[in-house]
Amino acid sequence: MKQIMARRFVPVAKKVEERVAGYRELGTDGGPWIEGYLSLGSRSIPRVSTRLDRSDRLGALRVRLGFGRDRYRVLPGLYAIGAPGRDSPVLVSANYKLSFDALRRELGGLDLWILVIDTKGVNVWCAAGKGSFGTAELVAKIGRCRLGEIVSHRELILPQLGAAGVSGPEMRKASGFRAVWGPVRARDIPGFLAAGKKKTQAMSRVSFGLGERLLLAPIEIVHAWPALLAALGLGLLAGLPFGPGWAGRSLAVAIVLVGAVLAGAAGFPALLFVLPTRSFAIKGALLGVAWGGLASWVFHLPMGLATGLSLVSSALVAWIGLNFTGSTTFTSPSGAAKEVERTIWPAAIGTGAGLVLAALSIALRF
Amino acid sequence: MTIAIKTRRYVGNGTSLELKAELCVGCGDCVGVCPHGVLALVEREGGREGADGRRLSSQVIAILDRAACMECGACALNCPSSALSVKAGVGCAAAIINGKLRGTAPNCDCGDSGCC
Repeated sequence: MKQIMARRFVPVAKKVEERVAGYRELGTDGGPWIEGYLSLGSRSIPRVSTRLDRSDRLGALRVRLGFGRDRYRVLPGLYAIGAPGRDSPVLVSANYKLSFDALRRELGGLDLWILVIDTKGVNVWCAAGKGSFGTAELVAKIGRCRLGEIVSHRELILPQLGAAGVSGPEMRKASGFRAVWGPVRARDIPGFLAAGKKKTQAMSRVSFGLGERLLLAPIEIVHAWPALLAALGLGLLAGLPFGPGWAGRSLAVAIVLVGAVLAGAAGFPALLFVLPTRSFAIKGALLGVAWGGLASWVFHLPMGLATGLSLVSSALVAWIGLNFTGSTTFTSPSGAAKEVERTIWPAAIGTGAGLVLAALSIALRF
Repeated sequence: MTIAIKTRRYVGNGTSLELKAELCVGCGDCVGVCPHGVLALVEREGGREGADGRRLSSQVIAILDRAACMECGACALNCPSSALSVKAGVGCAAAIINGKLRGTAPNCDCGDSGCC
């Protein structure tokens, strides 16, 4: 600990203090990942570590669970990796700390600059879609950081996914800097640089593997809390009348419904490419009815209740699945709009009919 | 070792992607920013005489795999000659319904932060 403190505060102590104050003001993380400061004439540029420590990993875990994502930021500006000079490459990144960490951890042994632009704490691709990882912000940062005085070349290496927000031709006109579109993934940057800034085809392709999809499951589950609560509430109601057997009946229905929400939030991403058809709504409906039917059978629910719950489960998972189009790497807004249009009424009618059927089946108990 | 990245397709993908081949200057910048290998540079077929008498580039962009296009808009934004256009936007279902209810463009209402 003492060592880390020394590294953090000994070099240019006053600058560090100012910097830390800046981070506090923005609610950003100015932690031990700043190793020291690079003096360049009157300027001092923070040099960042290329190794992630425990606090970085804990922070990543926290935001993956959906807590404090808005405030997980890096102060925008210019940073140094290693000992860069006037000819060193300049990379551009977003000021979401998870993105910044994913980038710096891959840069060990390299000497380069990182220009962090203000994307309001949002990752590169999403910020590009919203326009905050955009040409105007980038051009403004190039000017504010006086990048032209730091490097002799006029070239910026941008993350490829930023191309949805930054226009290379316009950036060049406005700033004089030329955009070189780097790889999609930070881990390909060393290879990209070593190959003379040339990408292989794989470097420019976006993937969506099982690991990448499962990484999204925790936040999907956390965000589904209202549905989980409603499922639990309906389950308790479904056990009526009170008296012997209430708890058992309630528990069975609650498990079916809560399970349906979890099937949508975690099972759907996991099984995305196993489920048939291209339509997310149909994939979800099939998964939902399969879960509803299986769980009802396991709990020996009466036919009416089982059918009703399977309908509700089907509509619910279809809907949660359809919302997953906002998190994938390959679905278009045209397609999502088309699917919403086709799904909204069947899902509403399915839910309504399912609830009525289940209620009737429960009413027969009285 | 290279790991092959599977091309994923979705219903309605690439509906709004449009290419005006006569405007294409054959620079290939769009190929480098497309995350799904939708576009490719090919030899221009037919005459190289443009409608206004301009000489057209020998190479031209072709849409190889429309169903892989997620309409992110990167190609259109980085096309120096406006040969490509695409209607990009927020893609989650909640945003689309939100937009429909308010009569606006799809809006996830998560402001500057969060992600859709």
